[in-house]
Order: sequence, then C-alpha cells, then structure tokens
Amino acid sequence: MDFANLLIQLLNSVQYGLLLFMLAAGLTLIFGIMGVVNLAHGSFYMLGAYVAWSLAARTGSLALAIVLGTLLSVAFGLLLERILFRHFYHRDHLDQVLLTFGLIYIFEELRSILWGDDVHGVTIPDVLSASVPLTENLSYPVYRLFMSGVCIALALGLYFMISKTRLGMKIRAGAFNRDMAESLGINIKLIHAVVFALGVGLAAVAGMIAAPVASVYPNMGSQVLIMCFVVVVIGGIGSVRGALISALLVGLVDTFGKVLLPSMAGMLVYMLMAAVLLWKPEGLFKQ
Amino acid sequence: MTTRRLVLSRGAALVGAASTGLLLPEIVRAQSNKIRVGFMLPYTGTFAQLGVAIENGVRMAINEKGGKLGGREIEWFKVDDESEPSKGVENATRLVQRDKVDVLIGTVHSGVQMGIQRVARESGVLSLIPNAGVHAATRALCAPNVFRTSFTNSQPTLALGKPMMDKGLKKTVWITWKYAAGDEAFEGFRDSYTKAGGTIVKELGLPFPNVEFQALLTEIASLKPDAVACFFAGGGAAKFIKDYAAAGLKDKIPLWGSGFLTEGVLDAAGPAAEGIMTTMHYADSLDTPRNHQFRLDYAKTFKMQPDVYGVQGYDTGLLLAQGVAAVKGDIGNKPDLYKALETQTIDSPRGKWTMSKAHNPIQDIYLRRVEKGDNKVIGIAAKALADSGAGCKLA
Repeated sequence: MDFANLLIQLLNSVQYGLLLFMLAAGLTLIFGIMGVVNLAHGSFYMLGAYVAWSLAARTGSLALAIVLGTLLSVAFGLLLERILFRHFYHRDHLDQVLLTFGLIYIFEELRSILWGDDVHGVTIPDVLSASVPLTENLSYPVYRLFMSGVCIALALGLYFMISKTRLGMKIRAGAFNRDMAESLGINIKLIHAVVFALGVGLAAVAGMIAAPVASVYPNMGSQVLIMCFVVVVIGGIGSVRGALISALLVGLVDTFGKVLLPSMAGMLVYMLMAAVLLWKPEGLFKQ
Repeated sequence: MTTRRLVLSRGAALVGAASTGLLLPEIVRAQSNKIRVGFMLPYTGTFAQLGVAIENGVRMAINEKGGKLGGREIEWFKVDDESEPSKGVENATRLVQRDKVDVLIGTVHSGVQMGIQRVARESGVLSLIPNAGVHAATRALCAPNVFRTSFTNSQPTLALGKPMMDKGLKKTVWITWKYAAGDEAFEGFRDSYTKAGGTIVKELGLPFPNVEFQALLTEIASLKPDAVACFFAGGGAAKFIKDYAAAGLKDKIPLWGSGFLTEGVLDAAGPAAEGIMTTMHYADSLDTPRNHQFRLDYAKTFKMQPDVYGVQGYDTGLLLAQGVAAVKGDIGNKPDLYKALETQTIDSPRGKWTMSKAHNPIQDIYLRRVEKGDNKVIGIAAKALADSGAGCKLA
C-alpha cells in the first residue's frame, strides 16, 4: 500500500467512524443517563432514512426533508418516552430488552405498511453531488465529506451542550445522583424526556444523512445496531467521549482489516472488543 | 340415513386404521381426491415480495391449465418461512406432517432451503424449488423427489467469463459478500473466466450483509484492473452500484456481475447503474412473444409487473401441471411422476428449458446491459447452460 492509498484509507476510516459515532452517541446517552437498554435504536436510524426518502420525494429538497424529519423524529421521541419508556426506567434490564426488541418488529411492520418493502434511492442534492479527484482513477464524493462535517459539528455541539450549558449540568447531575438532583429542584422527568428525544433525533439524523449514500431498505437498522453496541461497549457505557474515540477506532480496524486481512475482516472488530474488555472490563471511558 | 350410515362405517374404518397406525395417511388422502399443495415461502421480511411473486406465478400457470392438476382439484396450504433458517425444518415438517401436502413449493432463502431439503429427503415429499440457488440441493444432496426451476448460484456467473474476455477484459477484481451464495457465485465466475484465459487479480470480500464498501473501492482503484466482477443483491446491491459510481470508478473500470446485481434495484440506483453488464436467465425486457404475453397476463391478473421471481414461480406451476397431467393425476405413482417431471420441456417466458440429470434447469443465460433504467438484453451469453451437478448420484 503506497502512501497516497494509506491516506485515503485513513480518510475512509474516519468518515465511517464519525457516522458510527453519531449513531452510538444517542444509544450511550440513553443508557448512561436513564439506564435504558434500547435495542430499537437501529430502528430509529431506519425510520430516519425512510422519512428522509419520502419527504425528499414529496418536497423535492433533501435539506428541507432533513429539517422536517429532525423535528418529526424529536417529536416522535418525546411521544415514545411519554407513553412507553418513562415506565421502564426503574424496571429490570430484561424488561427493557423485551420492550425494545418488540419495538423493532413493530417499527419494521409499520415501515412495511407505510412505505413497502422496496429498496429506494435518495438523490444527492446538486450542490453536493460532485466528486473530488484524489488519484488518477479514484475520486472522493463531496457528499461523504459533507457527512463527516455534519458528524463533527454534532459531536462538538453535544460536547458543548453537556459540559458547558446549564441543561448539560442538569443532565450530568441527574445521571450522577437522581434523588439529590430532584431534591434540588431539577425536573428530572423533563430532563429524561429531553435526553431520550435527543437520542432518537441523533439516530434519525444519522439515517437521514446516510440515506443518499446508503440507499433506503428494509432491515437497514438491524445491521447498524450491532456495530453501535460494539462501539458503546468499547467506549464505556454512558460516555459520549468514549463513544467518539471507540467509533473512530472501530472505523480504523474495520477499514484496514478489510484491505489487509480480508479473510478475517468479519471478526476483527469483535476481537478488538474482546481485547478491550479483557484489558478494561468497563470499557475505555467508563463514567 | 344412507349417508349417515356411510359416515359411520367410514368413521369406524378410520378408527380401525388409526389403531393399526401405519395406514392413516393413505386413508385420509383417499378420502378427498384433492391434491394438497403447500407453499413454504417468505410472506414477511425482506423477501416478502419475492414470496408473493412466486405464489402469483404458480397460481397463474395452474389456472392457465384449467386450475386443476391432472384433472384433480387442488387444496392449498401456506406457511410463512420468514426467511429464517433456524425454523426451516420445523416449518417444512409442519406442511408435510400436519397438512400432509403432496407437493411442497419453496423457497427463496438458501439457508431455509437446506431445512426443506432435509425434510424432503427424509419424508420423500415432492419438493419444487422456485428460487433458492444453493448448490447442495441439486449436487451432493440431490434427491429423486427434489426439482429446481430457478438456477444454481453459480449458473449466472458461469456465463460471465467468456463475454468479458471477448471484450478484452483480461484482468479482473472479484468482489462479493463472504457467505455461501457469494462463494458459489464466485465458483462460476472463476471457472468460466480462467477457462477463457482471464486472470483474477484479487478476490475482495466483506461480511454479509455489511455495506461499507469504501475501503474496498479504494483498494480496487489502486489495483487498476481491466474490470470488476461481483455478486450482490437487494439493498446492498443498490448501495454498491451507487458507491462504485460515486468513487469515480464507473467510467474508468467497467462493472460486471451476476444479474441479481441489477434486479429490482434500478430505480434506487438511478443513473449510477447505467452501463453495468450482467448475466442472468431472464430479463424483464426479453423481446419474445412468449414473454410479452406472459407479462401482459400477469399484469392484468395481479395489477403489478412480474419480475424474475414471478417467472420462476410460473415455471414451477407449469412443471407441476405438466408433470401431474402426464401421470393423469396419479401422484402416488412416484417413479412415473418423477420420470414425467424429468422429461418435461418448460415453455417459459425466459425461453424453453429442460431438466438436467440433477434436476436443475438447462437454460440460456442472457447478457444484459443497463440502459435507461432497464436491463436490456444484448445477446445470449451461454446457450443451454447446465450446472455441473457435481456429486449428485442421480443417473
């Protein structure tokens, strides 16, 4: 592998890692703060992609579809939290797993009823449809760079919100000691609802942003779900910073694994996870 | 009174038979003269539409032949196999033992098919495979009572090598998902391409159903082959086609593949798919009167356009109707029934085909190019192509 190739593969790893981060961030937030294991997280990714596809087809603009879709998914998250998840914060993890596992099937069936079982493509907006030539026969799609940009912006936004704002302080306080925070007058119920909606929103936005390059197809959520869990486990459950570093690590191992050790590509990421767990059973950045 | 007495006496006979045990299925079958046909197909999940298309095709073919099999009425049974391999044996057993079907038609997913194959070999029920291309079903594990009307996984790609070499594409990178269907498709490509004198520069693969292709596309660009050949299907295929174009490879390195690459995904893939060359046993746009008639009738009956899966279902229906008619409905006469099924010529929308010794179609494979969102047939890539049937002991 020559140097130029190495750089391009690095770019590929970072780009994949950032997308994984965006998905895993919501998952780790919801688990870290409310203690809910959410297996349906991948379904939010899928629903986001389908919403982007159907709204983009209807409005003719992907940007507008993403804005509307984000609002819809946050509202959907609030609603779900209100009618279902709120009642499961104090329940056993097994109950939560059963609930969210059931939700996967419900969302898949809903998707089938609403949008059918076809594979759909979403057109990349003209402004972003160009490609940057990198070598004589390889070019890099601008849209992929744009995706990475969005992921970085969201990562920074999340970091800023959690560590610098009043809302972030309340979230951290609630996660650290719920009863104490409540007795200090913090509305924990509201905080939970906000965090849950934020998690759903992040997954849905990842789905919407990825729709043009990933296509939109049934079961697309279950494929990313497993990777998400790997990222969260490696990073340390509940740690957003851990999720970022672990997502980048997984991106790196996955990308170079495919090229350098193709026969073991399917296993490498899981071997990384096993190695990290042996070394640090709580993950890299357990809170 | 007579009818009641009849019922009573028959009932007594039944109880007697039941107490002796062994005779029961024969008696039950003799009671109703209907032929029991069971569908074991995916009606939910990713392959749901394929299951529906296949059932439509089967029913259409049998209705065209008068709606009966060898003069006997049909009783239909249905099981949703959910494309779930772990329930394959259980679902097939349910049709064979509970519903006592005479014919089992299924399925789409190769893993589930292996479950059906086991049940078919153990129970001896007539098993017709309308899609799943897993090699073993008509190779090492072939059986006198198992017939396939679709393809083996390596059949489309077995026609891929020669036309590629004819175009002067001497060095090729192969890419697929690393799972049974991908490996079997590779076998066909490897055999035909190396036999025609081509060199496979590198085999690339990723775990099924992973769709993060970017690293492998970068690798392809650095290898600079004359062409890329691949096996992908469904949602992953659409994404591969789009990523391939977005990486700037589309106009520099021609993309070839097994026809499933461009089935049902052309709308999703859009302009990125233009110019892709594939080989398969059917194309929607196949310009023959037989195909036009079929497509018109199917669209009229079911208010939707048929695809390759509908055609395979239709051929399954034709095979069953013709075979049972040849033995005049006497499906208990298994040697004659199998002989009849083996010797039928199926006048399919894809073109006429016959059964190989291992019970897989000997069929023409078409060379197709994607033009304006359609798989346009540009010729026959291989005439009367048969799967090797390696390891099958049926003579």
